[in-house]
Amino acid sequence: MMRLPPFTYLAPATVGDAARLMAEHGPAAMLVAGGTDLYPNMKRRQFEPRVLVALGGIRELRGVSGSARDGLRLGPLTTLTAVSRHHEIVRHYPALATAAGLVSSPQLRNVGTIGGNVCVDTRCNYYNQSQPWRKAIGFCMKKDGDICLVAPGSSRCWAVSSSDTAPVLWSLGASARLVGPGGERAIPLSALYRDDGIEYLAKRPDEVLAEILVPPADGWRSVYLKLRRRGSFDFPVLGVAVALRLEGDVVRDARIVLGAVASLPREAGPAAAALVGQRLEPDVIGRVADLAAGPARPLDNTDYAHYYRKKMTRVFVGRALRRLAGLEGDGRPDEEIA
Amino acid sequence: MSEAKHDFALIGRPLPKVDAWAKVTGETRYADDLVLPRMAHAKLLRSPHPHARIRRIDTTRARALPGVFAVITGQDLPPVKFGILPVSQDEEALCRDRVRMVGDAVAAVAAIDEETAEQATELIDVDYEVLPALMSIEDSLAHPEVRIHEYGDGPNVHKVVGLQFGDVEAALAGADLVREDVFFYEGNTHLPMEQHAAVAQWGADGKLTLWSSTQTPHYVHRLLAKILDVPAAHIRVIATPVGGGFGGKLDPFAHEIAACKLSQLTGRPVKITLTREEVFYVHRGRHPVLMWMKTGFTRTGDITGCHLKTWLDGGAYGSYGVASVFYTGVVNPVTYKIPAYRFEGARIFTNKPPCGPKRGHGTPQPRFALECQLDKAAEQLGLDPAEMRRRIVAEPFTKTANHLTITTIGLEECIDKVVDASGWRGKWRGWGGGGTSRERGGLEGTGTAGARKRGIGLACSAYMTGAGTAIYWNSMPHSGVVLRADRSGGVAILCGATDIGQGSDSILAYLPAEILGLLPKDVHVHPADTTLTPVDLGSYSSRVTLMCGMAAIQAAERLKRVIAEAVAQKLGVAPDQLVFRERKVGVPDDWDKALPFATAVELGEARHGVLAFPGSYAPPRRAGKYKGGGVGPSPCYSYSACVVELTVDEDTGEIDLHDVWIAHDVGRALNPLLVEGQVEGSVYMGIGEALMEAQVFRKGLHKQPSMLEYKSPTTLETPEIHTILVETDDPEGPFGAKEAGQGPLLPVIPAIVNAVYDAIGVRIDEIPVAPEKILKGLELKRKGQPPRVGPERIPLFTFKAPIVVESAFGQPADAVARRPFADENER
Amino acid sequence: MLSAGEFRDPARRPPKTRLGLTINGEACEVLVPVHKTLLEVLREDLGLTGTKHGCELGECGTCTVLVDGVPVLSCLALPVELPGRAITTVEGMARAGELHPLQEAFAELGAAQCGYCTPGILLTAQALLDEMPSPTRQQIKDALAGNLCRCTGYTKILDAVELAALRSGARR
Repeated sequence: MMRLPPFTYLAPATVGDAARLMAEHGPAAMLVAGGTDLYPNMKRRQFEPRVLVALGGIRELRGVSGSARDGLRLGPLTTLTAVSRHHEIVRHYPALATAAGLVSSPQLRNVGTIGGNVCVDTRCNYYNQSQPWRKAIGFCMKKDGDICLVAPGSSRCWAVSSSDTAPVLWSLGASARLVGPGGERAIPLSALYRDDGIEYLAKRPDEVLAEILVPPADGWRSVYLKLRRRGSFDFPVLGVAVALRLEGDVVRDARIVLGAVASLPREAGPAAAALVGQRLEPDVIGRVADLAAGPARPLDNTDYAHYYRKKMTRVFVGRALRRLAGLEGDGRPDEEIA
Repeated sequence: MSEAKHDFALIGRPLPKVDAWAKVTGETRYADDLVLPRMAHAKLLRSPHPHARIRRIDTTRARALPGVFAVITGQDLPPVKFGILPVSQDEEALCRDRVRMVGDAVAAVAAIDEETAEQATELIDVDYEVLPALMSIEDSLAHPEVRIHEYGDGPNVHKVVGLQFGDVEAALAGADLVREDVFFYEGNTHLPMEQHAAVAQWGADGKLTLWSSTQTPHYVHRLLAKILDVPAAHIRVIATPVGGGFGGKLDPFAHEIAACKLSQLTGRPVKITLTREEVFYVHRGRHPVLMWMKTGFTRTGDITGCHLKTWLDGGAYGSYGVASVFYTGVVNPVTYKIPAYRFEGARIFTNKPPCGPKRGHGTPQPRFALECQLDKAAEQLGLDPAEMRRRIVAEPFTKTANHLTITTIGLEECIDKVVDASGWRGKWRGWGGGGTSRERGGLEGTGTAGARKRGIGLACSAYMTGAGTAIYWNSMPHSGVVLRADRSGGVAILCGATDIGQGSDSILAYLPAEILGLLPKDVHVHPADTTLTPVDLGSYSSRVTLMCGMAAIQAAERLKRVIAEAVAQKLGVAPDQLVFRERKVGVPDDWDKALPFATAVELGEARHGVLAFPGSYAPPRRAGKYKGGGVGPSPCYSYSACVVELTVDEDTGEIDLHDVWIAHDVGRALNPLLVEGQVEGSVYMGIGEALMEAQVFRKGLHKQPSMLEYKSPTTLETPEIHTILVETDDPEGPFGAKEAGQGPLLPVIPAIVNAVYDAIGVRIDEIPVAPEKILKGLELKRKGQPPRVGPERIPLFTFKAPIVVESAFGQPADAVARRPFADENER
Repeated sequence: MLSAGEFRDPARRPPKTRLGLTINGEACEVLVPVHKTLLEVLREDLGLTGTKHGCELGECGTCTVLVDGVPVLSCLALPVELPGRAITTVEGMARAGELHPLQEAFAELGAAQCGYCTPGILLTAQALLDEMPSPTRQQIKDALAGNLCRCTGYTKILDAVELAALRSGARR
């Protein structure tokens, strides 16, 4: 039986208390919401916090409010199941509902939270292993070691951003409100991430993700496509989030964000820019898909061959655009496309 | 029973399993559910190196940890090596001098709880001298100076076999078409949902009891005596209900042995439950096999002869490997007419967890090769692959080239049934995928509707209904029961068979109930307990229904005879006038006078004494008269035909399975519900192997020892499975039954691969068929190169001259061979 | 050898917390360290061994139980967060000796082979039918996509859920 290491469990009632407890206990403490990402990692001794600051009892972190017209406020404790079924989200932010509904398995989504998925630990198949396995191969820099096993010459960690919802929220222009012991700040979701497999969040450890704010739907249409071997359980090894606004049949605004191709969600800015002012026609789609695949640099540390994931970036971006264009033949089961 | 054979009360009915209610309520007690007073918990320390010499093990710190009761290393066990096969005694429960794979156990700890035991293992200091690790067949053959074992048929070569039946060269020379293909089948593992667990209790009386999730309590019993140097008479092994086996719980394992020793040393019961990761190291799963197959065909599709070479990546130990090598060669010929046959196989040691028997043991790999090669040959010959196979199906009641005796064959009917059910004739080549080139212009690669190509494929197979010989040479029964009638009107049946979910407990209830006119609920089944139950060799090689079934029938008939004599005397009729039905014994025409079964038992017991009857079964002795002739013979063979319909996405290489039609010749479905369940489960496992499952290694370590990264299909990847049962009433089986638990896995893999070809015109000669391979094949096709993905080379390896035997092809089967323990009146 | 005194030394053992849980409608009290998961507490402290485990990492669905009627992985749930919640295990599916329609259907249709994944699947299916009394086959597949089974190919499991749904519908 894989078991958790011992810890002290603290259950603050407010976000402020949570931030203070984090500051007080320093690196020994970790925040936990649903625990579906943290607990397996703790059982494998990827994390060994002496103190867990549990957010589950904090009322202000719950619930979804607002509307597509005025913008949505997502309480970070909202379960992924709730996000995937929320009427307003399903209707007006379909890519977000899709992404939340594609995380792992139904049971996990019943407990796993949107906040947890946004902050989910980066993954690497040299890292998401038991302590004895990692010891056997030689510890990597993300935990207990000082080298990267994927890119041995590298001075940084290349663990992969594996959130389904982060690329979508980024593409929708969402922002995050962070509350720390000294005050709070709001940052675009795009600023929440850092290009480093270890320090992958720009959030300080004692800051609590207090809100996720999604701007008004305002004509934005969105799609999320996910590559993985099985229809359940598996993390994305490629995620493609596309959001765009049309004026007539011409693209006025576009954002393309790729998941699971780097240590953070990767925005394909030039590709999106190439869409603006264009009609969603096959040759445009092909060109934009080529451009979007440019920034994808998958390494050999997840399921599927890295060259395959790179190749699929182009295919998936093309498919996402075709779906938004209402062109037929996406070729994927409906549940993976919103 | 022979005349009334088709008028069954229970046989053929979809009855619930006798253990169904316990399983749906959580009542079933698996090994890890057992708790005994004062029970300690144990953990193993396993090697982090694929190959290393152990210089020193220091357990001082671990012993000093509070809560630790005992720490053992190999030095605490008798200095014997063991292995499941007498010819491969190469394992140690706790390695003494050398570890040969990551995961080899080197020490064990018993403690107050599992956490303390685990903590203690981290305090054991092992000084290793790391040795070069050989991680592939090529590595092991290229480095004879690094020896994984000192025994075998060459440096790092565990076993080499070579057999030739008839003049294969002449047969190939006379063919209109000769195909030579190379195939690779990646290794994969059983992944039972239940992790192995065991509880050992070495009592104060010096007797040992082991409860274990094992498929073969008898072999564990025998080997424990040797390994622990304790008289077997003082050891009792009880197989708990097994939470999935598939061949993965068929060897004696380090954790079982360590639990026993730790119990002896601590004077406490000791439980040990493996983690999921450890289950991957225990393994004994599907061998990775590289195959070269050369087959001659006539214009009409007849096979003139076949030559097969196989190289098995065996891993670090022998396990069942010698049998595995043979199985890659010997079973193929029972399907089709193959007049001349040559087979050469070699099992190579590598520093990986040992491979062994997984569902289909050694045969899915060559089946994949043969059925894909037939598909290619059919295309070259311009034949419908279903029609071609139908023509060449082997003849019933004949011998194969390699001297195996075939009894009934329902394969033609199986082919017809799946061809009809699937709409094969309208679909095959109907979507225009295979071999045709299509221009897709500038849209290619961004998700055109044209990227999804539909295809259909067909394949067949055969499998043994139980190995004809035991693992150790002996003349005793392979399966035995004791059936005892109770004055209550119930009967108890004791049998060593182990229910691993396949339903052997239920079979042991149905058959006596059928014969004695009882309901299954009236039969109390006591399985798998080496002290109480007659030996059954174990739940492997699809032997249990046939062998324990025949033994149960024999015992029930013996009991019936004695009861009938007593009742006949009471009623003043002749014994053969009596029938047993509806829990009564009487004369059909005078049923009002029929006696309740309980009364009949009392009469029988008053006349005969205690009503306890043995039943024994051993297969007919049909081993070929040549060295190696003992592997392959079986009382009878099951047959399957499978059609798969799927879609290949040419942009992503992903495969969506739509439907699987499978027809299986099971001889007779004793319970169609259970047979269908076995067929469906086999199809599922075949799908996983074909598309995604792979036990692969990187830098000396298992790349993905987890449920998340070892990809087992979910409900979403599993297509609709349409099962068709074909009955041939085999004279060797209980009420005509043959096996169902393994054979139906075999055709699924090649049927999928052949369907992929039908869809996109690409041959994938390598399992699993991952999307990357599909895209590679499509790229080759676009470049105008042969659209085939698979191994390019075979190892530099010289087989010794084969044993040459005359082909027995087409000879009539011996008049049904008498089974060693059969009663005179048994057919 | 650990002395009893040492073993009870609070400095050496993680402290235990007293928790009141409601399991299968029965209130019970356990004294456990806070890091013990619900799976461990059910099996090791309460003797409810009907809940099985296949990975303990949230990767197989075997240990599924219901919390307030919702399927949850007990290997990733902390009892400290569950006082006041209704926990249902497979032992709680039958009521007053009468099996749940799903249990009947699983038994009758041979949906349990080795039976090891069965408790988790039964509970997941129960939550589905409570929410959606007449699911389509695809909806059943979606609901059970987080429960691995290695024996059945899922076929008879899906059949059994359909049968139970039909029977429950007929009863309503």
